[in-house]
Amino acid sequence: MVTSVTSFSRTGLSDWLIQRVTSVILLAYFLLIAYQLMGSVDYTSWTRLFEQTWMKVFTLMAALSLAAHSWIGLWSVFTDYLTERMLGPKGNVIRLVSQLGASLALVGYVIWVVVIIWS
Amino acid sequence: MLKVSLYRYNPESDDAPHMEDFSVDTGGKDLMVLDVLELIKADYDGSVTYRRSCREGVCGSDGLNINGKNGLACITPLSETVKGGKLVIRPLPGLPVIRDLVVDMSLFYAQYEKVQPYLQNPSPAPAIERLQSPEERAQLDGLYECILCACCSTSCPSFWWNPDRFIGPAGLLQAYRFLADSRDTATEGRLAKLDDPFSVFRCHGIQNCVNVCPKGLNPTKAIGHIRTMLLNRAT
Ligand code: SF4
Repeated sequence: MVTSVTSFSRTGLSDWLIQRVTSVILLAYFLLIAYQLMGSVDYTSWTRLFEQTWMKVFTLMAALSLAAHSWIGLWSVFTDYLTERMLGPKGNVIRLVSQLGASLALVGYVIWVVVIIWS
Repeated sequence: MLKVSLYRYNPESDDAPHMEDFSVDTGGKDLMVLDVLELIKADYDGSVTYRRSCREGVCGSDGLNINGKNGLACITPLSETVKGGKLVIRPLPGLPVIRDLVVDMSLFYAQYEKVQPYLQNPSPAPAIERLQSPEERAQLDGLYECILCACCSTSCPSFWWNPDRFIGPAGLLQAYRFLADSRDTATEGRLAKLDDPFSVFRCHGIQNCVNVCPKGLNPTKAIGHIRTMLLNRAT
């Protein structure tokens, strides 16, 4: 079996399943946001929406889903294109640096979301 | 006259591959692409190198990239592929070229070998044969017909990028051929070997394989079945 320490869950099936589940969560979240935006949005209605606990939880779920979903997707892209086969001997270093950058950015986004909605 | 552009590469004398043009007199006939290659080899340049054997779409030797699409030269008529009087023939993409149109298939076969493409059943074989019901036998239709021509795997971007880790459509079609076989008892072991992020799950459903298979098979569908089996096994 091909092992991959940097993949999200290390098995192909869980990665695949997580990507499907998170995409459904994201779809639901963005539909909700789109629905809100279709009505009239002003500061008060927007704050009132995000003050509610379910919305905070939903937003956090969406942010975590986005991070997991992106990581699995980016990991696939990195392991397709940023490899020794494609880039020569430097491939592995370039991939690891890119993965580090992407994971820092995703963790940063999640923390940022948490700070915004729970502060 | 048909304008034919051939990929040429002789590692002993060429620094890099190049395309060579021939004007071939087809006598106005709707030849197969393989016939055109045979004409070129006989009448124009005897050093043109390619694989061929049965010349009737059974052996799977002459998989080539014909006007941008993988297919078997022997069963691809000019009328089907030539537009604007031009025929461009290249080796199957993604595999190392040995010479001209001949590629090194080692990576392809290594992936095939990984799926253990043979019946596994430790119970002693009956005197005549292991019986299957007509329904069980029907499960193998659309799977056993594969001739391992490699047209599918070499048209798959996921196989181009990770030919050493992604089994590829041809290998996975065969993996499912044995997973679906009622006589095979190694299902659990076979599935356990496939549940990593590369072997099966590098398939992103691009379906180039389905588009090119000269036998009209559907590797993407077989991969979907493997995924379902993995899912059922894990849940
Ligand atoms: S599935 Fe079709 S294209 Fe792929 S190796 Fe088999 S016969 Fe060739």
